[in-house]
Amino acid sequence: MIPDNFTYFAPNSLPEVWDLLRQHEGDAKILAGGQSLIPLMKLRLASPAYLIDLRNVPGLTTLEEHDGSLVIGAMVRESHLEQSPLIQARYLGIYEASSVVADPLVRNFATVGGNVAHADPANDHPAMLLAMGAHITAQSPRGTRTMSLDDFLVDTMETALRPDEVLTDIRVPRPLPHTGSAYIKLERKVGDYAIAAVGTMITLDGGVCSRAGIGLTNVGPTAIRARQAEAYLVGKQPDEATVREAARLAAAAAEPVTDLHGPAEYKRSVLRTLTARALRLAVQRAQGGGGQ
Amino acid sequence: MTQHVTITINGQPFEADIESRLLLVHFIREVANLTGTHIGCDTTSCGACTVLVNGTPAKSCTLFAVQADGAEISTVEGLEQGGKLHPIQEGFFEEHGLQCGFCTPGMMMTSVAFLKDHPNPTDEEIRRAISGNLCRCTGYVNIVKSIQYAAKKMRDDQAAPTPAPAVTEAEAVR
Repeated sequence: MIPDNFTYFAPNSLPEVWDLLRQHEGDAKILAGGQSLIPLMKLRLASPAYLIDLRNVPGLTTLEEHDGSLVIGAMVRESHLEQSPLIQARYLGIYEASSVVADPLVRNFATVGGNVAHADPANDHPAMLLAMGAHITAQSPRGTRTMSLDDFLVDTMETALRPDEVLTDIRVPRPLPHTGSAYIKLERKVGDYAIAAVGTMITLDGGVCSRAGIGLTNVGPTAIRARQAEAYLVGKQPDEATVREAARLAAAAAEPVTDLHGPAEYKRSVLRTLTARALRLAVQRAQGGGGQ
Repeated sequence: MTQHVTITINGQPFEADIESRLLLVHFIREVANLTGTHIGCDTTSCGACTVLVNGTPAKSCTLFAVQADGAEISTVEGLEQGGKLHPIQEGFFEEHGLQCGFCTPGMMMTSVAFLKDHPNPTDEEIRRAISGNLCRCTGYVNIVKSIQYAAKKMRDDQAAPTPAPAVTEAEAVR
């Protein structure tokens, strides 16, 4: 399949990227790993006249804890995230999400920034990052803007990025002590989008849940934060009955559609099960049962 | 809309003026005329087009050639050296790792990169590593055996450095 033709740029700095975005406003797309954009272009579902590749822009591959946050640069490759000892040790939910994105070959080029900025509700990172309370950093000639991922995700493949802004990094608050996270995905086979998936984060304080995060993948127009379920968990001991009720509330927050993978009710049922499992796992990890 | 690129494939530089939309796999097959790299699904699923880009396996149907400007690409044609099969090729031969052979170049390129970091892999690690490469003959059992064969061969070669080439009778006479 041959995409429509376009003009390709690989600028060496953010100011050059901004110049190109201004010159070609509305006709240009940012190219990160290209593992979602290029397939869309081959199918001619997207035909940008200009592609601005970020591969030569310095400073976008940071992956470190800084100022109380985990900073994930926009051009950090999925495989880099997946293989990072820091992520494997302290951000198990993010590790689990990165390890089920597409397949290992795609992950060698796919980027975390692209996964989020593409704003496909089927992508795996947004739900997990919602659960972790992540923020997005966007830079433009006007300065640096930070927004919650909740505000960033507007609709299917639509974000709050302004035409002159570039997503430069994702910031995840460093987990408090006694915090656990998990990401569980149901897919037919490796490389598929989730039939449904759930990311959870739980912080315990004296056996009581003091913070809860639950994000849902591919069951609505964007990744969904299950707010009612989160609120229900806070202040309670996460025992089996509480987990089950939270899972029921999370499934109720979803807006799944019937498709080739099954009817909406099936997906809601899957979500209830996955949420309960991911909550139990996060609680177990928060209690110190191996990793965070 | 055209752009001048230099892409090195198996050590040999290829220069061309190409359309930006030319996919890397088409550059490899149609500009460099190296047709060992296959196009299977053309939708980022099957991995038949897998090549190494600066040592990292990638699906070359999902990269534009312009993104690889200045890069070093390795394809299946570069595996055999001086008439001697690469251990992974020997493994696929010895263990019957191919039936129709269409997925084989991609399987081998993924394996070569994988074995560099995992000299002594478990079968499960191998299966995970090749989970982005599909074999429509479903010959995975023998593919895993082939990769294990290559891993062992490479470990043995590492342990016992290659002896000096045997002197042939003709050379000895000289």
